[in-house]
Amino acid sequence: MPHILILISNFKHMKEVKKTKYWNPYIGGIMLGLVLLSANFISGRGLGASGALKSVVVSTVNIVAPDHAENATFYKNYNETHENPMKSWLVFQVFGVLVGGFLSGTFAKRLKFKVEHSPKISSKRRLIFALIGGAFFGFGSQLGRGCTSGSALSGMAVLSLGGFITMACIFGTAFGLAYFFRKNWI
Amino acid sequence: MGPLIVNEIISPETNLFLAFLIGIGFGFVLESSGFSSSRKLAGMFYGYDTTVLKVFFTAAITALLGMLFGSLFGWVDLSLIYINPTYLHSAIVGGVIMGAGFIMGGFCPGTAFCAISIGKLDALAFIGGLFLGILAFTEGYPLFEELYKAEFMGTPTINEFFGLTRGIFSFVLIAAAFAMFWVGEWAEKKFPREEY
Repeated sequence: MPHILILISNFKHMKEVKKTKYWNPYIGGIMLGLVLLSANFISGRGLGASGALKSVVVSTVNIVAPDHAENATFYKNYNETHENPMKSWLVFQVFGVLVGGFLSGTFAKRLKFKVEHSPKISSKRRLIFALIGGAFFGFGSQLGRGCTSGSALSGMAVLSLGGFITMACIFGTAFGLAYFFRKNWI
Repeated sequence: MGPLIVNEIISPETNLFLAFLIGIGFGFVLESSGFSSSRKLAGMFYGYDTTVLKVFFTAAITALLGMLFGSLFGWVDLSLIYINPTYLHSAIVGGVIMGAGFIMGGFCPGTAFCAISIGKLDALAFIGGLFLGILAFTEGYPLFEELYKAEFMGTPTINEFFGLTRGIFSFVLIAAAFAMFWVGEWAEKKFPREEY
């Protein structure tokens, strides 16, 4: 009997090994906090994401429609205060995010092209909602001067009042609207 | 001593290189914590997976405590750290729009970059959307400028706003975070969940 039990427990163990698990969330949180701390200690600023994409948008407009970029208020102001939109801290940091995510996914054997969605909805529906959600998030991040990383998380770490307000509004709205979009997720 | 760039201990070029390394750490931690999965992120809003809550608040209080002790030990000068300015109206309206984007799209910008790095195509669609949303803002800027700049309050900290010291407020926040962790653990037991 003990042999059989050991066999069963070994078999169970093998199944677990195959699938690399995510980190314990509290350990992950402490690590993320340390990354954020190092950003503040080294560069005197927090983490971010949407700002890098703003650099891409401004660069694209500068290249595709240079006349427009010279006249439209936003680009004119931006280009007056920034030498080269791509030579920004956040652009370099986001390149790092792509590399870091890829490395973690490689070690954990999670690299795979797929559209992740609830079995109740189609891939197409998932992609359409992702696109619309992205557009909302992109617009909101510009109005709110930063996204979940730059405004909410980094803002909270330095106790910025605005950071707390934005954080509460992001999570509060998502909770409030969750019922209407439940079919997409559960 | 810190922040290194403001005190000119490192050059602007080194700062950009270190930004890249910090980004690697950021992306690695996000992916390892499961933030490359939209279903895991959205789980937060239905109670079946509260990883986001735990990681996000643990990170915030870790960084907060680090800064507090770092300044007490004289390792970092808090007056040189960037504090996000508060424009009341745009902070609220922007946050609400982002929240709607979050529940529809299942990502935020940072997690979308993390997810695309391991091949999630829904993250690619989300990033396409981000580009369009940012473009809509920059193109329509004159229309939104008034809202964008309304109710500027400077760079107040939340503890100043409530008339508390930094230490007391941090203590309250940490207690609140632990209470939320407890609720999160309870919700995960109550609502069924699977790993994605």
